[in-house]
Amino acid sequence: MDLVFKALADPTRRKLLDRLHGKSGLTLTELCEQMDMTRQAVTQHLAVLEEANLVSVVWRGREKHHYLNPVPIHEIYDRWVKKFERTSLRTLNQLKKRLEGESHD
Amino acid sequence: MTRTEYVYVTYISATPQRIWDAIVQPEFARQYWQHENISEWKPGSGWKHRDPESGEIKIAGKILEAIPPKRLVLTWAYPKDEGNAGETSRVTFELEPIDSMVRLTVTHDELVPGSNMEKGIKQGWPRVLSSLKTFLETGKPLPTWSKAKASA
Repeated sequence: MDLVFKALADPTRRKLLDRLHGKSGLTLTELCEQMDMTRQAVTQHLAVLEEANLVSVVWRGREKHHYLNPVPIHEIYDRWVKKFERTSLRTLNQLKKRLEGESHD
Repeated sequence: MTRTEYVYVTYISATPQRIWDAIVQPEFARQYWQHENISEWKPGSGWKHRDPESGEIKIAGKILEAIPPKRLVLTWAYPKDEGNAGETSRVTFELEPIDSMVRLTVTHDELVPGSNMEKGIKQGWPRVLSSLKTFLETGKPLPTWSKAKASA
């Protein structure tokens, strides 16, 4: 999970993910278009995203195609949203107890 | 027409056989997928993705390849579109052991861009795979399923 947060903590890498969200299966050359940086730099950013499992790749001949893999983001969502909801429920529960407790407990 | 595809990957701490069973065994799939997959799991046989409570068939298709516990390829369509090549997509499950984990890759290709099916599976697979991972690693399904069901 550290790798995911690290990978997301960079605007260029988030932009690459946005590009792949817009269109699936882009090659390195296609991804380099609209990116104001060298091919090498894009390759390095993609490697970080791949390592975090946010980008999955498929080789077709000599071409590498890139896909957005949102599964790790979903795991984070599940983990933290669930926690957040639990906290809200507990807060509401405490509030209910406090309000009701004054007359009933 | 140009078709589109998605490639989803998750790493799960479990044996390939357990992950395979989680996909093909109805009583197993029900617990994290809220649906069950019914088939003989042999090339050429049909398969159905069914809501166990209502019995409604949500997706149907044919098994193209089945090599347990490594590779499963099937066609995927709404029951009304079954047999209509234009509305049929394809799903490939690949299970590769890596150290003590399994890399599970789900490739959903031959999708019609902009179709309801494409929209549905884009939301569905991350949720199913995340739920499968949690279920196999902790024994508990994800709460998002019960929530999604309650609001449905």
